[in-house]
Amino acid sequence: MSLVEKIGTTDTPLLKVAGLSKHYGARIGCADVNFDLYPGEVLGIVGESGSGKSTLLSCLAGHQRPDTGQIAYDGRDILAMSESERRRLGRTDWAYVHQNPRDGLRMGVSAGGNVGERLMAVGARHYGDIRGKATDWLGRVEITTDRIDDRPSSFSGGMQQRLQIARNLVTGPRLVFMDEPTGGLDVSVQARLLDLLRGLVRDLGLSVVIVTHDLAVVRLLAHRLMVMQGGRVIEQGLTDQVLDDPQHAYSQLLVSSVLQV
Amino acid sequence: MKDDSTAEAYNFAYLDEQTKRMIRRAILKGLAVPGYQVPFASREMPMPYGWGTGGVQVTAACLVPEDRLKVIDQGADDTTNAVSIRKFFSRTAGVATTERTQDATLIQTRHRIPETPLHVGQILVYQVPIPEPLRFLEPRETETRKMHELEEYGLMHVKLYEDIARHGQIATSYDYPVMVEGRYVMDPSPIPKFDNPKLSGSPAIQLFGAGREQRIYALPPFTKVVSLDFDDHPFQPSKAAHDCDLCGAARSYLDEVITDDQGGRMFVCSDTDFCAGRREMGHKGRLWAPETEGAA
Amino acid sequence: MYVAVKGGERAIDNAHAWLAEERRGDTSVPELSVPQIREQMKLAVNRVMAEGSLYDPDLAALAIKQARGDLIEAVFLIRAYRTTLPRLASSHPVDTGTMEVDRRISATFKDLPGGQVLGPTFDYTHRLLDFKLAAEGAMPRAGTGAATPGTMPHVMDILNRDGLIEDAMPDNAPPPDLTREPMELPASRPLRLQAITRGDEGFILSLAYSTQRGYGRTHAFVGELRIGRVAVEVDIPELGFAVEIGEVEVTECETVNQFVGSKTKPAQFTRGYGLVFGQSERKAIAMSLVDRALRWKELGEDFTAAPAQDEEFVLMHADNVQATGFLEHIKLPHYVDFQAELELLRKLRAKAHALKEGAE
Repeated sequence: MSLVEKIGTTDTPLLKVAGLSKHYGARIGCADVNFDLYPGEVLGIVGESGSGKSTLLSCLAGHQRPDTGQIAYDGRDILAMSESERRRLGRTDWAYVHQNPRDGLRMGVSAGGNVGERLMAVGARHYGDIRGKATDWLGRVEITTDRIDDRPSSFSGGMQQRLQIARNLVTGPRLVFMDEPTGGLDVSVQARLLDLLRGLVRDLGLSVVIVTHDLAVVRLLAHRLMVMQGGRVIEQGLTDQVLDDPQHAYSQLLVSSVLQV
Repeated sequence: MKDDSTAEAYNFAYLDEQTKRMIRRAILKGLAVPGYQVPFASREMPMPYGWGTGGVQVTAACLVPEDRLKVIDQGADDTTNAVSIRKFFSRTAGVATTERTQDATLIQTRHRIPETPLHVGQILVYQVPIPEPLRFLEPRETETRKMHELEEYGLMHVKLYEDIARHGQIATSYDYPVMVEGRYVMDPSPIPKFDNPKLSGSPAIQLFGAGREQRIYALPPFTKVVSLDFDDHPFQPSKAAHDCDLCGAARSYLDEVITDDQGGRMFVCSDTDFCAGRREMGHKGRLWAPETEGAA
Repeated sequence: MYVAVKGGERAIDNAHAWLAEERRGDTSVPELSVPQIREQMKLAVNRVMAEGSLYDPDLAALAIKQARGDLIEAVFLIRAYRTTLPRLASSHPVDTGTMEVDRRISATFKDLPGGQVLGPTFDYTHRLLDFKLAAEGAMPRAGTGAATPGTMPHVMDILNRDGLIEDAMPDNAPPPDLTREPMELPASRPLRLQAITRGDEGFILSLAYSTQRGYGRTHAFVGELRIGRVAVEVDIPELGFAVEIGEVEVTECETVNQFVGSKTKPAQFTRGYGLVFGQSERKAIAMSLVDRALRWKELGEDFTAAPAQDEEFVLMHADNVQATGFLEHIKLPHYVDFQAELELLRKLRAKAHALKEGAE
């Protein structure tokens, strides 16, 4: 289904967040966050270190429990779910791409095994099929298929990150959380990765929540943008609007401080 | 018969009644949830951890004076560990002992299932070193407990996938993991995979005791047990491609015995009672010769 | 023709007979007596009591004799015996504040109420083999003096009065019993302390040493080390009050460790604790370092993946009776499984060989 078709057929948000807050003692992690995310939409969350964007992401993905607020996915109350249901969701409908690919991969398992794991976790029992799907996905993330039996420890950083993406997307999740997916990569490698992500998001109609401090990433990938500072959302809107015509003083500062090359 | 000096010192079968009660409760829990590892407070026993204390505790909790006990190790009644454990129960319980599988009411075994099919009313007690099938994939007990609770067994199949990718086939030859009644992945103890099919649909009660790791699990009679595999790489219960050189059995697990230092070898049934029984009935293998009294 | 090897039973009996002979050794040499071991190998006896979790110097000495000096084997004997003993009651927690002290030192203060009492220690000996000991002879008697009057308050109480060290919150919940319930993780501090005090001294020592070398460093100072006898008291329901049933010798070590503070709580020193049967200083000090390292979570510290911080790693591998049992079990026959591996290996090699031949 193309993006337009997907948006056209649903008028309910895939992810609905209301009044989300998390505190660390007296310190604000994130406060009073509200947004809706529709199928096929990419939402970027930007801000500098300490802005609360990572806290927000970890609350959304279920890694931490927020203090107040509601999260509804596909109409289901996430915070009321049992851990068992949440972990199941995490293996099927949801995906999480870590900043450091080593956190999102099994370094002691071959590339093929890494990609196949989610399939096997949901009941795939035909070795040939699993290997075939793994091969297919390695191709899609531009890893040569002769590396299918190699361990990720022998891959470059960029390749590890692409492998992590394949591992996450193989079961066709609908919602992907990404935490600084291009962090730590060379600029040229970043560009390649972003291109890849853009293509996959479009082809698969993924909904994505992506946290980053890099405005070029959101310019390229995100439809909408949320700017955070001191734990609060100080501005949100369409990416191009926010980047080309920032209203809030901090947003202006953020945008203007990006090196124009 | 029971040694008089020990008769006053120890309770029947060594363990005190409270401990037996605790173990029986764990066994009942295990039978109610086949394949689930029940934690139990393993007691210090007079033999070392790792040498069958779990099996001994389970046996001690199950024994009644009318029982006929068989103890085997590597399929044989006469290996030193089997002798030691049989002597222990002889001394502390005074129960009758036997080497014949069909005559035994309770069989404690290390690393084999008897070749002779079991019947209703028998109990088979397995000695288990590491009860957790996921242990070598995930060393943390806190995490493996979660994986069982949430049926997260993907990692298990990843291991089998890796084997096939590297060796062309699944490279586990013993301690081969199984799925019990479609719910729990279980470690059947280090029996050769050849024995795995006997786990399923057995008329006997099968109990598994791990003393050092403090776990008991169980298979009630006629439980469905399936060895893990892939559809296109199905499980194969393989053994050496030989017949027994003494009794000629074609479908019994064999021990390889080196007979000289030029690489001469022969293959003999690992289950000594099974082999002796066949020879008694007149079956002969390639190297069979009439036994003479006093032969070295 | 091949006859299956029989005679396992006879082999075992012969092995035991020979063992008994070896235990006795050269019969022209006088036999060791249990009292000799109890009196003259007291530190070995202490270790066996501590790791056996049973305070009985005579039994421990007997176990050492029977085990031919192998202390882990002796611990095993004691543990197996202990299992058979009935549980009559639980005692009150021992009050080390009223200890009859033989030795008491503090590294944190030069002098303190009660003084620095060296006691019978190896600490300042020069480690030169004393060949005079080989010629058994008359024992020099140590001089006696008047007992020092006055109290010996715990150093920790002194620090605590000024709020300089974290409180030790009293907890009257009945402690778990490792020998009666299966170990469950995550473990409470009482359960950890129990596992460590009966854990292998070498293992705990090495873990403590590793923290000093940076694997989970806690900057430990020995606040106090005290060794002596404490009374054991048990409630007698029929009488309605507690009765002293005897005394045990224990070593108690309290360490003062790096301070922890936050914006809401001012910085305070933190505690490590060790308590062991008998005079067992090395064990008690090591125990308090490992105790402190394992407390990282409740003190809000970082997990640096140091082995001594890893609760599951420490508790699962501290018990030397379990460890030696499992280690040594690999001596048992494993030929059935080995046969399975042999067959698998042969198959794989045959396949590889066939592939190679096919390619040529």
